[in-house]
Amino acid sequence: MPWPTSPRALKALLADPMGAMGLVLVSLFVVMALAAPILAPYDPLALNVRAKLQGISFAHWLGTDQLGRDTLSRLIFGARTALSISLTATGLAGAIGLLLGLIAGYGPRWLDAGLVLTLDSVNALPMMMLALAIITVIGPGTFTLILVVVLVSIPSYARLIRAQTLSLRRAEFILAERAIGASTFRILLRHLLPNVLGPLVIVLSMDIPVVIMLEAGLSYLNLGVKPPTPSWGNVLYDGYSSIRTSPTLVIAAGAPLVLATLGFTFLGEGLRDALDPRLASTRPR
Amino acid sequence: MLSYALQRVGLALVILFVVMLAMYGMVFLVPGDPASVALGPRAKPALKALLTERMGLDQPVLVQIWRFFSNTLHGDLGVDVWSKRPVLDQIAEAFPHTLILGLVALGWALVLGIALGVISVVYQGRWVDRVLGVISVGFISVPSFVVAIYLLLIFAVWLHWLPAIGAGKPGDVISQIKALILPSLAVGIGWVGYLARMVRASMLEIMGANHVRTARAFGLPERRVVLRYALRLAIVPTISVIAMGLGSILSSAVFVETVFSRPGLGTLITGAVFKRNYPVVMGTVLVTTAFYLLVITAADLLIAKLDPRVRDALAD
Amino acid sequence: MKAPLLEITDLSVAYQTDTGPVTALRGANLVARAGEVIGIVGESGCGKSTLAAAVMNLLPATAKVTAGAVRFLGEDILTLAPQAQRALRGTAMAMIFQDPMTAFSPVLTMGDHLVDFQHQSPASYRDKLARARDQLALVGLSDPDVILRRYPHQLSGGMRQRVAIAAALLMNPQVLVADEPTTALDVTTEAQILHLLRNLRQTYQGTIVVISHHLGVVAELCDRVYVMYAGQVVEQALVDDLFHAARHPYTRALLACDPASFTNPTPVLPTIPGRLPDLRDPPKGCSFAARCALRSARCTVAPPWAQVSPSHWVLCHEVGV
Repeated sequence: MPWPTSPRALKALLADPMGAMGLVLVSLFVVMALAAPILAPYDPLALNVRAKLQGISFAHWLGTDQLGRDTLSRLIFGARTALSISLTATGLAGAIGLLLGLIAGYGPRWLDAGLVLTLDSVNALPMMMLALAIITVIGPGTFTLILVVVLVSIPSYARLIRAQTLSLRRAEFILAERAIGASTFRILLRHLLPNVLGPLVIVLSMDIPVVIMLEAGLSYLNLGVKPPTPSWGNVLYDGYSSIRTSPTLVIAAGAPLVLATLGFTFLGEGLRDALDPRLASTRPR
Repeated sequence: MLSYALQRVGLALVILFVVMLAMYGMVFLVPGDPASVALGPRAKPALKALLTERMGLDQPVLVQIWRFFSNTLHGDLGVDVWSKRPVLDQIAEAFPHTLILGLVALGWALVLGIALGVISVVYQGRWVDRVLGVISVGFISVPSFVVAIYLLLIFAVWLHWLPAIGAGKPGDVISQIKALILPSLAVGIGWVGYLARMVRASMLEIMGANHVRTARAFGLPERRVVLRYALRLAIVPTISVIAMGLGSILSSAVFVETVFSRPGLGTLITGAVFKRNYPVVMGTVLVTTAFYLLVITAADLLIAKLDPRVRDALAD
Repeated sequence: MKAPLLEITDLSVAYQTDTGPVTALRGANLVARAGEVIGIVGESGCGKSTLAAAVMNLLPATAKVTAGAVRFLGEDILTLAPQAQRALRGTAMAMIFQDPMTAFSPVLTMGDHLVDFQHQSPASYRDKLARARDQLALVGLSDPDVILRRYPHQLSGGMRQRVAIAAALLMNPQVLVADEPTTALDVTTEAQILHLLRNLRQTYQGTIVVISHHLGVVAELCDRVYVMYAGQVVEQALVDDLFHAARHPYTRALLACDPASFTNPTPVLPTIPGRLPDLRDPPKGCSFAARCALRSARCTVAPPWAQVSPSHWVLCHEVGV
């Protein structure tokens, strides 16, 4: 499978309208996250109670919340929260899942059995339930959030890598390497790794929107990032609280969440279609 | 078939055991004495002492674990630290609400999803198909609680067509149904997309398959070809997907129940998390997991019954 | 001479594709009588599978019959209503497919299939099962009761193909079409199936049409052979005449390329130079002209049928009588 950033893959991605749109949306949010301090018209934490719950106006393009904070600025900084947490957590979970999967697939049988049992157990818990249980014990906060997301995500990556490793283990080029006495480490690093990374990257990119949702959801319940740190979930909750008096807030708050998850999903789908036609989605072109 | 069934049930039980161990043991893994961990560092010492005594947290670890398991198997999931009500009772009260929500959501999703999938197949390749494809992806990716909030805004706040809060009056079925519509739609919408895509893919693959061609070559009427040769095969992966999806439905339910202030496991557990009411949290998680494992195991067994290849593959 | 069971006259079929219509079959003619085994041989893309599908009325929705007729017992089946066409399948005409691996549904037993395939018979379930059992024994399967209860994935490819043959014979069809019956099988199994088909001739009273790109298969089984190229029949002859005295340049080239015909070791395998013509725009003259060693100025015009002997016809300008 061609590497995700190869020119051929990019070309294929851009040719597909869905993939192209996904790329545009994702780039938009990445820029928003990176350039937040420059782009945001106000300090997201700045209180201005006299201007509370205003609708759309020239001064505040998306209005203000109950404490007079500018919604647009909060949302722009919210992008920063969403992306930093989702990318960190997904990356971490991917790395750990990769390691565990390689060990399970390539190591001794008993280790594999033990790992599979553990992973299946984590999988048996609905995502939110597990998250809430952990949060009860450790207490809410950004660290907990990342920990929870990582724990919840690891099993699916580990299983994927494990399956790939298991099937490649019997492959001829691996057997050949062993025949010439290559060390396990070398085999893992130079031969197994490049071959299992491809599908992993695709799955990771498809998971990012899920993690964004999880972060937003937990923040919405006030169990995620500690306020007053802006998060799309926080703003959404504020909007929900004043849904009857000031719908602007809630509508504005939902928008970036929807667009971001759509964008990342489209990008992920486009990437998958561009890289491996066999995995191509059922969506017609 | 029997050995396969025993294997699967055995595996489910082992996993349940591991989960129970983990849930109970989590309290010990975190630094600090268990009562503080469960109730939060700022809990009053009297409360901590109460919990310690009730849960036997001052006894040796192995004794605790033993008590925990035997209690659970007897249906005693502990007692709510705050209200003193048995946890099991609270869960039993909340469970039916969430179950109904999940089933209705699944129902929506199945009806709409299969319909859209079949339409895509009939109009395959044309613009209807493409548009439905994009919409399906859209449905899948949008978070259910955002959908819930927007639905609340439009239909309850602006249009006043449907209630914004609660599960309807007990005994008044109409109000209960009205209260179900928006939440179940929110929970089910992601599934509409998923199922539509799956149905489309399965049907396309199978309708072109060689064994369908054979059936036609022997003059079998089209109806029998579709039902006995195509659908029977397509059902197998669908069952698997639906069973797996129960987990995500339960997760969505947590949010949606909160948004609509509906009673149910979601509301129960979120309330408990805020109050650091660990017995309730743990009990809910265990019951949910047990239910989820039950459904998955049942689905696996059903699939093995329907598809003989699965039975034989696991025999070796 | 007996009246033909199956008679194909000037059949032309085109497929609709994204890039325009593709003419898969042009003016094909074929006659098959009871007790005969007919062979249709040609390379991939020559139209033989389209011909088979047309006979069974199993053409896909994208295919259109642009001309010609397919007569079964004198009646043009292409003009029949879909119900009537369907009634013929499995009863009057039956087909054996190329790939036994995927021909059966994985969730139904062989018995389920065989009983299903007798759906047009008014017999009881038990009778149908009994008949299925008898047929399985006829095709050389010992333990037919066991086979009936088995699922496809539990049987080998050769066994599945035997079941496919048994299935085709269930309702005593008068026309049996075997589309590449041994192509997907290994050599040993292929030999067994060919043996089976040869023995079948002794008891089977209808006509068998064998389609293959493998000359050896055709040589073993058939009485008469049709050679196809680029959607047209280019030569028809008795099997001995074809293999020993072929006259069409394409047939001769094909025979020369078959390694089975080599007597001396050779460093280079012979091929036919050139490529198949583009069937989106079929050539007006002889289809093979571009690759033919005998090509002349006459070949820009469509060639006539030249008769070499009463049973041997060639579509070529260069063949004198």
